Amino acid sequence: MYTKQLSVFLGNKPGRLLEVCRLLGRAGVDIKAANIAESKDFGILRLIVDKCDEALAALKAASFSAECTPIVAVEVPDRPGGLAQILEAIEKAGLNIEYMYGFSIRHSDDALMVFRFDDAENASKALAAAGICIVTCGK
Amino acid sequence: MIWKPEFECADPADIRTLAGKRLRSLVEYVCANNPIYRKKLADAGVTPEKINSIADIVRLPVTVKDDLRDTYPFGLFCVPQKDVAEIHVSSGTTGNYTVVGYTKADLALWSDAVARSLAASGANPGDRLQVAYGYGLFTGGLGLHYGGLEMGLSVLPMSSGQTQRQLKLMQDFNCRVLACTPSYALHMAEEAKELGFDFSQTKWKIGVFGAEPWSNAMRQEIQDKWGLKAYDIYGLSEISGPGVANECEYQDGLHIWWDVFYPEVLNPDTFEPVPEGEPGVLAITTLTKQAIPLIRYVTRDVVTLNYAKCRCGRTCPRIGRVTGRTDDMIIVRGINVFPSQIEHALLKIEGTQPYYQLIVDRKAGGMDELEVLVEVEQSFFSDKISKLEALAATIRQKLHEALLVHVKVTLVEPKTIERSTGKSKRVIDRRKM
Repeated sequence: MYTKQLSVFLGNKPGRLLEVCRLLGRAGVDIKAANIAESKDFGILRLIVDKCDEALAALKAASFSAECTPIVAVEVPDRPGGLAQILEAIEKAGLNIEYMYGFSIRHSDDALMVFRFDDAENASKALAAAGICIVTCGK
Repeated sequence: MIWKPEFECADPADIRTLAGKRLRSLVEYVCANNPIYRKKLADAGVTPEKINSIADIVRLPVTVKDDLRDTYPFGLFCVPQKDVAEIHVSSGTTGNYTVVGYTKADLALWSDAVARSLAASGANPGDRLQVAYGYGLFTGGLGLHYGGLEMGLSVLPMSSGQTQRQLKLMQDFNCRVLACTPSYALHMAEEAKELGFDFSQTKWKIGVFGAEPWSNAMRQEIQDKWGLKAYDIYGLSEISGPGVANECEYQDGLHIWWDVFYPEVLNPDTFEPVPEGEPGVLAITTLTKQAIPLIRYVTRDVVTLNYAKCRCGRTCPRIGRVTGRTDDMIIVRGINVFPSQIEHALLKIEGTQPYYQLIVDRKAGGMDELEVLVEVEQSFFSDKISKLEALAATIRQKLHEALLVHVKVTLVEPKTIERSTGKSKRVIDRRKM
């Protein structure tokens, strides 16, 4: 089971992140995690939200370039070696990580880690088979 | 000095008589050697017999840049390829390049025209000439090179760039004459200052600057910074390259070598001649070229022509400074850029839309920079930085191939490029000239 990340192109101008967050707020979308990957001239906003498809529609209506990207979110045990254990399983399955970032949510002691693979479906199957707890966010 | 006084200082009536004879021969020549010209002249109802003096030039149809583009690559050539000694290429308005060819006689003609220009700028045989125009398909470098050789100068073929080396060799080799774009002359001054260069050691006394528009204010700045005298040289590759016209020591208009490059000033819409002294678009007829002679070629440069005899003794008319263009061409680092080329190149890259904006800016150091803003359409958006950067690199490379000049590509959000009356405002020129 994999989940979706909302990815949004942001031009290198002040106020663009605020604009996205305002739009999502008005659309009743709750942001669970946020991350920006930046290059010299632009950024890509990566959000985990409760309603990815609604969020995407709201952004497209406002002329943003955006997409729902399949990602795999997994629980990382809160102890030394916790992340290493996950990465070992990924390596064993021969999966290549495009990028990753972590976040935590309330009422869980464990951290959550988001992984971007080329093939999210196969990756999530491989991780589940290795006994790793896959998380789904929202619908 | 005056390189060819027999032409440059002749009685204008004699030049007009000569030009009339040359025009008749030219029309006979193109009719005999090129089917496209033959048809064009026949369609206009002109036969060589109808050309009896230079006044009859108005009977001939004009030639425009699209005529070159539409016949790419060799359609307007009038000699077999084996007689084409050299080829140069500049950018065209869309897709195709503008190709010009030279026979050996054409190269001699070009060399002579540039020699006249260098002489008008005050160069003397034996002077060392530092050519800091780019060498290659661009006519700047080789044009000045050939002219220098023709005049008996000692030529240092530096090409542009590497300011530190330019400065060292200028000093060590005692280069009296510098030829480059005016913006590069300013850029070198800026770099020299940063390098702690002692300007009292400057050897250049004469600068021959062209291939891009520049103002008298810029001339003053270059002259003050380098302590040299700066001359404007005019040309375009379609006619031959640099050296179609050049200023003399009075810096009061550019003398055009009208015994070989016959000028007219036309109304830009009707192509009818404007009254003498009025501004209009410059059209030039190459009276003696062989490989690709052009009849009434519309340069799109807006100028005035002054036929009064100059204090220097030359009688050839003077082009006032180019005051503008009748198309949207811009000149960046000496290279012609048409916005339509960018649109054309973008359309060929999968995933991109032809929405762009062009920003031209002149950096503090004097060099022009071309930035192209491209909207990131939904169709080529990716959540991976690497993919978007690869796309920007592809656009950069394709634009470089099309424009022959380096551009900075900046990806921006969709619909952020200003659209006025449905069309984008394509070009923002921030240069102060």
